Amino acid sequence: MSRFLPLIAFGLLVALFGFGIWWNTAHDQHEIVSPLINKPAPAFALPVLGDDTRKVDKQSLLGKPYFLNVFGSWCIECVHEHPVLSVDVKQLGLPLVGFNYKDDPQDATAWLAEHGNPFDVVIVDRDGRAGIDFGVYGAPETFLIDGKGVIRYKHVGPITPDVVAKEFRPALAALAKEGP
Amino acid sequence: MIRRLGLIALLCLLPLLAIAQAIQPLPFRDRAEEVRFQKLSTELRCPMCQNETLADSNAPIAHDLRRQIFEMMQAGKSDAEIKAYLVDRYSDFVLYKPPVEPKTWLLWFGPLVVLAIGGMVVAVQVRRRARQAPATTAAANDTEDDW
Repeated sequence: MSRFLPLIAFGLLVALFGFGIWWNTAHDQHEIVSPLINKPAPAFALPVLGDDTRKVDKQSLLGKPYFLNVFGSWCIECVHEHPVLSVDVKQLGLPLVGFNYKDDPQDATAWLAEHGNPFDVVIVDRDGRAGIDFGVYGAPETFLIDGKGVIRYKHVGPITPDVVAKEFRPALAALAKEGP
Repeated sequence: MIRRLGLIALLCLLPLLAIAQAIQPLPFRDRAEEVRFQKLSTELRCPMCQNETLADSNAPIAHDLRRQIFEMMQAGKSDAEIKAYLVDRYSDFVLYKPPVEPKTWLLWFGPLVVLAIGGMVVAVQVRRRARQAPATTAAANDTEDDW
């Protein structure tokens, strides 16, 4: 028995390191699972891009689920995500709220003019304070908020067609099952 | 020659610029407040870069969170309140020292368990050898007695 002890120890180490490699490839190391999921979205009241006199707040968006997409003209991944947002996410039929995060409003307007504007409304969080309340730590990030104002799902990083099929659609299906 | 030396001396000063720019200064009221801020921000992890503390990181979110911590300190919030505020938004991930709770028991006590297992293996081995050894040591003692 004691003769096999080194072999057993070696086998255990192989299993441990193998598990570590599998774990690291199966999980996105940059994703922090948001503690806000299934909790009410934080209250916010932010000006609309291009019209500072108009404000959109949490109350005015209640009643129907919507997507909140955190983006910025400075964000490279947002350009990659943009076509998916404009086509695949749009097809899901939910209102799409743009959350312009830590950006110059002029740059944001120019960015939307250049790439196209998939959003129903764009709100501006210029200094990132509302972003902190949402637990935002970069862009892009996308939240699904239900009609009662509860955050149901969050995606960190660019949306791909795969993410829409494997995550967005099931999340929406779960919402639809609950009824209005 | 002198000009070149002067240029080299100036180039040597360049790294200082990086230090000067790394972290934007905050208007602390006094030294104690600054020390408290520094201590707190080294206990918190930047969510973006993940292996840097909030104190060290130059990521935009780290800058915003430092500002937030500073403002909460000015508003008279305790360290625990500030940490709870960040954990509510960014999860336990931001704490370099995770709380002791059932799901972190393995993390906290796992090394102790491994140490205990190792200790037991050593103890068993030592005892087994002690049991096997008496014959030889007795023999050794016999020869020593002849001295």
